[in-house]
Amino acid sequence: MAEEEMEVGCARPTGGPVGEPAAETPGPEGAKAEEVRAMISVGKKAPDFEAPAYHRGKFVRVKLSDYLGKWVVLCFYPGDFTFV
Amino acid sequence: MSVDSVFVHKMWDENELSKMVKGGVPFPMLSDAGGAIGKLYGVYNEEAGVENRGRFIIDPDGIIQAYEVLTPPVGRNVAETIRQIQAYQHVRQSKGTEATPSGWKPGKLTLKPGPDLVGRVWEVWKTHMAFD
Repeated sequence: MAEEEMEVGCARPTGGPVGEPAAETPGPEGAKAEEVRAMISVGKKAPDFEAPAYHRGKFVRVKLSDYLGKWVVLCFYPGDFTFV
Repeated sequence: MSVDSVFVHKMWDENELSKMVKGGVPFPMLSDAGGAIGKLYGVYNEEAGVENRGRFIIDPDGIIQAYEVLTPPVGRNVAETIRQIQAYQHVRQSKGTEATPSGWKPGKLTLKPGPDLVGRVWEVWKTHMAFD
């Protein structure tokens, strides 16, 4: 299973594309952001990340690369309790 | 995923979403406080401090096959997302030998790209087929 129940932590990129090792040393924040923005492209690997989540009454941790082998729809939205 | 905490996700699911969807949201609601992942995916709105409506279809190999990004006031079309997933699954199952023309849905004609089809798509595929 891709989720394990655990303490609530922070969302963080793992530093590499899914299913591939992370880059050795993450650079300074600015340089890193530039580099990762260039990673988003259709036909290319999705950047991997780990994030805390709420799922059916539990707080869990979700890691994108744990879903390799399955189709994933990743949706971002502006905020809880907003209207659309 | 949004910049809200998992605690707010819980409250929203319990107090509102479960009244729209029986049993509440069935999939994990991820928290991206600070927008680190939103920035990584190019959907973080710096001025508003929230994430735009980004939707990414990621295949079993971890490859982004499609994405769509909308500004906050306009909602997505879930049926179109499902249609795209079905089309990508069909193409994958055919091991890339088939392609799905505009407006394709399961059951509709697919195309088999190759030398014989060059310049002859008009014979097999008509524009009305792009619509329901």
